[in-house]
Amino acid sequence: MCLAIPGKVIEIAQDENGVRMGRANFGGIVKQVCLEYTPDVHLGDFVLVHVGFALGKVDEEEAARTYKLLEEMKQLSELEVPTGDGADAGARGSP
Amino acid sequence: MKLLDEYRNEALAQKIVAEIRRTVTRPWVLMEVCGGQTHSIVKYGLDRLLPAQVELVHGPGCPVCVTSLEMIDKAHAIARRPEVIFCSFGDMLRVPGSGADLLIIKSRGADVRVVYSPIDCLKIARANPDRKVVFFAIGFETTAPANAMAVWQARHQGLKNFSILVSHVLVPPSIASILQSPLNRVQGFLGPGHVCTVMGYREYEPLSARFHVPIVITGFEPLDLLEGTLMAIRQLEAGEAKVENQYGRVVSREGNRVAQEFVNKVFEVCDRKWRGVGSIPKSGYKLRWEFRDHDAERLFDVKEIDTQEPEECISGLVLRGVKKPHDCPAFGKQCTPDHPLGATMVSAEGACAAYYAYGRHLQTAEEKAFFPS
Repeated sequence: MCLAIPGKVIEIAQDENGVRMGRANFGGIVKQVCLEYTPDVHLGDFVLVHVGFALGKVDEEEAARTYKLLEEMKQLSELEVPTGDGADAGARGSP
Repeated sequence: MKLLDEYRNEALAQKIVAEIRRTVTRPWVLMEVCGGQTHSIVKYGLDRLLPAQVELVHGPGCPVCVTSLEMIDKAHAIARRPEVIFCSFGDMLRVPGSGADLLIIKSRGADVRVVYSPIDCLKIARANPDRKVVFFAIGFETTAPANAMAVWQARHQGLKNFSILVSHVLVPPSIASILQSPLNRVQGFLGPGHVCTVMGYREYEPLSARFHVPIVITGFEPLDLLEGTLMAIRQLEAGEAKVENQYGRVVSREGNRVAQEFVNKVFEVCDRKWRGVGSIPKSGYKLRWEFRDHDAERLFDVKEIDTQEPEECISGLVLRGVKKPHDCPAFGKQCTPDHPLGATMVSAEGACAAYYAYGRHLQTAEEKAFFPS
């Protein structure tokens, strides 16, 4: 019910009632989105959309930063020497 | 899809799980608040990836599940009226009241329509000036801005034939209610990422301090949920209790101020009855007096309806994290998505329905020994 997915804003316009509307692309599917709650969003930004409303901007820099941290955690754990009984290496499930 | 697929990376998920294994030294019980998170956890089997010491229990964050039987019966009474076009999100249609559900009522001739957004109802109202268009406005804080905008626009555009039946619920009072219960087992929370996109997480800070529980605002993808779990376990192991934000790419401490202001213009906080849980003070929204012309409960003057839940259903205990779907003798037997006995089986986001959808009722004895519920 609280499902919300990120879409890329590809059009911004005012409708006949003066509401800030637009269209967003969700991996190929384009839908109309109300942008009234995201006045600072520009074309090309990603917004999080719930029941036709953009609830906020997705911060791509923050997304990249936290993803990098997760990847670094992976590298750090790979530097660790297995304990020898194999259980630890198994638990890490190296690909 | 960008900003989704990368958070489903299996190798990274395994690494976070390994980090959780290294961190945890004793048993902990965490609750994910939101039904969308429950659905992701069961869909991807994340609870089974975690070490046995970390137990995830499932929270009350499924608005379809917690909408009271009385409110559903009111919706049905309104939907049956010949002058009404009754609009709803799709997942509400199959939810049984004490008698039928909206699909059955539709099959008997009522005009019941599924909409994607409450804004769609305004078009229907404009196209049908001689009919009364009613939208069943359920949801948590995530959905409140959309419903507020629909009412605001209806008034602004002079659409007098549009109203909403409000059954809005709020997350923080439900967390307090869970923590105050003598049956409570929950020691930390994965907070609702999309509710906090709107509301921010300031109001979770006094909760975390008062009950000394970690609350980690968490997203909905597998890596989000695993990282949120790791952050909560780190706090618990260190004896800390604070609010942290795993979902920083979307959530800020302040939330969406524009949306909050709009919601406050249209709605005010009220007491609300939750299905399976009971009445929780100040746990819902109702329309402000100045929007009473768009309040379906006033316009249709539906009498208070007293209803009884089936006795064998334990959904109230499931919603508070005291029991799991497996603990119910009716689960997967008398109670299935086709014949739900209670709240948590009626919506796809209910814990019982999620367990059923991903085959947890078909577990073999061997699996049960390996993955105790």
